[in-house]
Amino acid sequence: MEMVPTNLTPGRRPRRASRVRAAALAGVVVGAFALAACGGGTSVGGSKDIADSDSQYGFKAETQGDSQITVWVDSTRQPAAEAYNKAHPDNPVKIVTYDGNANGSNSFKTKFQLFDRAGSGWPDVVFTTDNNSASWGSFDGTGDLAAMNKGLVPDDTLSGFADGALDVCTIDGVSYCLRNDLAQNVLWYNKKLMDQFGYTVPTTWEDYEALADKVATEHPGYIVGTAGDAWTPEIYMWAAECPANDVTGATSVTVDTSDPNCVKAAQMLDKLIANKTMSTLSLFGPEFAKTEGDKVLMLPGPSWYGGSVFQGTLKTPAGEIAAAAPLKWSDASDTSTGNVGGGAWWISSHSKNLAAASDFATWVTSQSSFDGTLAPTYPAFSSAASDWVAETQKSGYYANDISEPFQQAAGEVWSGWGSAAFSQEAIWAKVVQAGMTQGKTIESLLPAWQTEIENQAKTLGYEVSK
Amino acid sequence: MTLLAHERATSSEVEASGSRRTAGSWRPRAGHFFVLPYVSLLVLFGIIPVLYSVYLAFTDVDGAFAGFSNFTRTASDYRFWPAVGHVAVYLVIWLVSLTVLVVSLTLMVHQIASRRTKTFIRFAYYIPGALAGASSVLLWLFVLDPTVSPVAPILKLIAGDHFAEVIAPSHLPWIFAVIAFWTGAGGWVLVLYGALNTIPSDVIEAARVDGASPVRIALSIQLPMIRKSITYVLILAFAAGTQLFVEPQLISQASFGVVPNDYSVNQLAYQFAFTQNDFNGSAAIALDLLVVSLITTSLFVARGRLFDTD
Repeated sequence: MEMVPTNLTPGRRPRRASRVRAAALAGVVVGAFALAACGGGTSVGGSKDIADSDSQYGFKAETQGDSQITVWVDSTRQPAAEAYNKAHPDNPVKIVTYDGNANGSNSFKTKFQLFDRAGSGWPDVVFTTDNNSASWGSFDGTGDLAAMNKGLVPDDTLSGFADGALDVCTIDGVSYCLRNDLAQNVLWYNKKLMDQFGYTVPTTWEDYEALADKVATEHPGYIVGTAGDAWTPEIYMWAAECPANDVTGATSVTVDTSDPNCVKAAQMLDKLIANKTMSTLSLFGPEFAKTEGDKVLMLPGPSWYGGSVFQGTLKTPAGEIAAAAPLKWSDASDTSTGNVGGGAWWISSHSKNLAAASDFATWVTSQSSFDGTLAPTYPAFSSAASDWVAETQKSGYYANDISEPFQQAAGEVWSGWGSAAFSQEAIWAKVVQAGMTQGKTIESLLPAWQTEIENQAKTLGYEVSK
Repeated sequence: MTLLAHERATSSEVEASGSRRTAGSWRPRAGHFFVLPYVSLLVLFGIIPVLYSVYLAFTDVDGAFAGFSNFTRTASDYRFWPAVGHVAVYLVIWLVSLTVLVVSLTLMVHQIASRRTKTFIRFAYYIPGALAGASSVLLWLFVLDPTVSPVAPILKLIAGDHFAEVIAPSHLPWIFAVIAFWTGAGGWVLVLYGALNTIPSDVIEAARVDGASPVRIALSIQLPMIRKSITYVLILAFAAGTQLFVEPQLISQASFGVVPNDYSVNQLAYQFAFTQNDFNGSAAIALDLLVVSLITTSLFVARGRLFDTD
């Protein structure tokens, strides 16, 4: 009955919920035939549903053939896939573009869950701009992602990735992705402005905070960072070794946002937000580029800010932007830094041509340039990274040699911040950023942050400890 | 399209009385062929999915009968009641403003003497409704951002200087109501306008001769006579309102998650299905919405005496 009036609705969109429901249900109808409960097995190469110690891949694979494989890429990675086809004219891949799972769209999981229910339709290789799908893919009955390090990809290849690059998608010793790029955080700064103002580049967070105070009085309007994006905790909290996201097992996580490390980072952010040297605008919103784009003195953030933010969004002229090594908290024994994203390539265990899928994923991750154009981000594959840095330096855009800070930062990413099935970015945005818009301090929002992480984790079946 | 909707509403009344006369001797008529395509699509994409979600809501992952466990589990989820609260506040604002503003707008347009002005206004009202759902919300993403908004001074005055301040949680029900009003109200004005036209002109004429003012005519004659159409508008607006999805979903993406992706009940159902892989829980939430819609609709129907014959 409810449907009758809904379909007659004139101005208002009528079929919104029914469309979502219909999509869900269409998958379910077909899926009823497909869901077959498989027997035990140990965690050889994935969830117990597909783990198989007798298989050369460590998981139950389909009958293999030489069929053409399908790859999903976002528009930024499309040239990489096209370059593969150009280099391999005999066995080209079928390229499908999608949103890359970006900005919390969750489309990778959404689509795969429907394919899981339908029992068919999975692409062979998928690129995502984030790397948070490993836990999900390791659960029983979701995604059935292929294990990379149990026979599918040679160890020689895997060891070619930067140290720790595959950690973010490794659960219980099983790696589920080939990392596309590292997104290690460095300290970006505008060398021209720093020289002009007579400032030296800080090396500790304490110096950074003191310099921000100076900027606030001597050059009001200039900013030393932003806290307006959902990945703010991945820059400041991660670097402070705040234990908000310590994934200790496939379904266990340790969270304590009241830890002094979290509090000190929150206090620093609150102080800089109060003296207006820390922007609260989103880097990619129209407002930032318009009002603060030429006021960026320093910007702690990932390696991809160089191309994406300064060259792309803000159009900062060449020869001004430089990168410095990550900042250190003076009470910490070592420098730690965070990591914002860094895309990943995933292979479906349902692929009927795993050899081709593995070949494709290995090829695209090991290149520093595609068809003559430099890769858009810092490759996670070490040899490609060195080539990439050398080539980038030749372009003359940067005001200093970025290779050293980049390589140093790559080795300093703190391993205590894991990658769980829930999105830390979504949680931060929902609780902390929403609170900030109402004028609350980050320190006062730490308990709410804790609660939301616990709630989200428990919803997805995690055991939470403090 | 709008007039068609109205015709359907009235023709179903006619049909209902017609079928009473011919009870017992059924044979296919032209009318049945006209509704056939609609009915088959309704069954395929309306009835069957609803039945399937009923099945899902009362079973577990393995298809075994689960009683009400999916309902209790989803209702005790920490996001459920906040989402219900969000939608409830939005519905109150949206339904009250819809009724008051749409009825007054319709009466005003009906009073306009110039035929050309009337036609123009009716057309202008209809334009926003002609924009497809998601694209009209996308348009609002620009309107709501003070940096690029054509109404930036108003936004800065009442909401804040930045997009993040404009979409603060307390503003959201109002924002969604304004968007819903802007995209939908024009169509409703046309529906009620059509209803006003069915009032015989001699009734109005007689009132005028007796010295009734336009306000008096509106309150004592026009409103009571289009009561059914107003009820009809309310029912459809309520059904659409409880299913709030596109607005918060797009604003959630545009705000990079500051507006959470579990703001409305429907979004929560979506999260259950596609983030938690819990299609049974999702179906239970969808059924909650259906039940609420049915109960409220029955109330409206009874109070508005929608199915009474004149």
